[in-house]
Amino acid sequence: MIKVEGITKSFGGQPVLRGVDLEVPDGSITVIIGRSGGGKTVFLRHMIGLLRPDTGRILLDGVDLTQLHGRDLDRVRDRYGVVFQGGALFDSLTCAENVAFPLREKTRLRRGEIADRVATSLARVGLADIAGKYPAEVSGGMRKRVAIARALVTEPAIVFFDEPTTGLDPVLVNTIHRLIVELHRRLHFTAVMVSHEIPEIFEIADSVAMLHEGRIVEVGPAAAIQASPNPIVQRFIHGEPEERS
Amino acid sequence: MADRPLALPLVPLEALGRWAIGVVLALGRFGTFMLLALGTIVTPPFKLRAFADRINYIGFRSLLIILLTGAFTGMVLGLQLYLTLTRFGSEAFLGPAVALSLIRELGPVLAALMVTGRAGSALTAEIGIMRITEQIDALTVMALNPFRYLVAPSILAGLVTFPLMTALFNVVGIFGGYVVGVELFGLSQGTYFGEMQTFVDMRDIMTGFWKSVSFGIIVTWVCTYKGFHVGHGAEGVARATTQAVVLSSVLILVWDYFLGSVLP
Repeated sequence: MIKVEGITKSFGGQPVLRGVDLEVPDGSITVIIGRSGGGKTVFLRHMIGLLRPDTGRILLDGVDLTQLHGRDLDRVRDRYGVVFQGGALFDSLTCAENVAFPLREKTRLRRGEIADRVATSLARVGLADIAGKYPAEVSGGMRKRVAIARALVTEPAIVFFDEPTTGLDPVLVNTIHRLIVELHRRLHFTAVMVSHEIPEIFEIADSVAMLHEGRIVEVGPAAAIQASPNPIVQRFIHGEPEERS
Repeated sequence: MADRPLALPLVPLEALGRWAIGVVLALGRFGTFMLLALGTIVTPPFKLRAFADRINYIGFRSLLIILLTGAFTGMVLGLQLYLTLTRFGSEAFLGPAVALSLIRELGPVLAALMVTGRAGSALTAEIGIMRITEQIDALTVMALNPFRYLVAPSILAGLVTFPLMTALFNVVGIFGGYVVGVELFGLSQGTYFGEMQTFVDMRDIMTGFWKSVSFGIIVTWVCTYKGFHVGHGAEGVARATTQAVVLSSVLILVWDYFLGSVLP
């Protein structure tokens, strides 16, 4: 279980996270929603250890990530898979080489075994035929799917998705969401996703947390969030602009 | 609690202090960056494939520009030195004059400036784009050290390729001087190369060698650092690339002066 306790973070005196608390149960799909620029990605980057909070703790099975450095932190990251917003595929490698990269660099698997696992991973995301192409030669949706294949090829226990559907058309958004649900069912990982795909994410999330002005203002099952009486949540879900005080 | 406003005469002093702290912090970051890079250079696993790729990127792909500029630098030197030396009746010394100018000074400096313009800027842009597209973060969250994949191979490749590029620049330059002095102005071939053998010794070659080695480190250090600490978006990459080239070029010239006054 991931347990976040009172995370705060400021950049140049500007507070972005003002005390975030969240619990992510093992094996669940937890989606963090909120307005653009509301600190969702910053929060995610804390959970994957790319940023350190000013105060607060992030506990993974009882171990405080914010106190870990070097190899200890790397050991935690070995359990992670991360799908970045733009995919973050390596431009100089083909799609298959991108998927093979973590296996090649972090395991002692033989070439044949790596090739088999890469082929399986690409087939799982429906991209067996683009293995030899470079990321620049495939579409945005395909890049995201290759990024998902790369994140899952090491069979991580926890997978973080940073707005995996940004910039895609509604059909592709649903395709990616269905893919994530299907892979989650098959591989049983814990998923933490940042998204503002409303209402689509309510169909895939076990739990939804609304981040607003640096705080989690509501958290619960998708249905409960949709029915929440909280005006901030309702305004966000219905795409209404905020009232100015 | 809000800071009390400073008395007017102290405002410039405060600005100076702020600037000085900024400079010290930047130097600290710059030094720490090199220490982290050194850590990955001397400890396994060594990324030989990335190293070979950087040799190709920094060295092999700079060959044409090195050959071209080397040849014309030698020809210009041959032309100007011949015309000058003729006034003193000393045209026999054209060979050593061209060779010493190239080996001690112009070869290392101009080769380094050329490689900076071609490969250094590309290095900063490539790493900068990897930074803004989260490729460096992707390496980090895979528990792989980006310094081991991007910085260490570049610095090592700089260490190897800069002396080689300089040597090529010198050889081509000396032949450029030969074309002008011997083929164009009719100086004897024996005089051109014979006098060179008399006046150029190992100390001159080592001076040029140490310069090129240190330029290799400076350029790759600055360019990878600037790529790693790029600002936001395309503008950030463009700014970092410009800064990398300007800073590398200035440091090459400053360091050249210091080494020139220290080395024999």
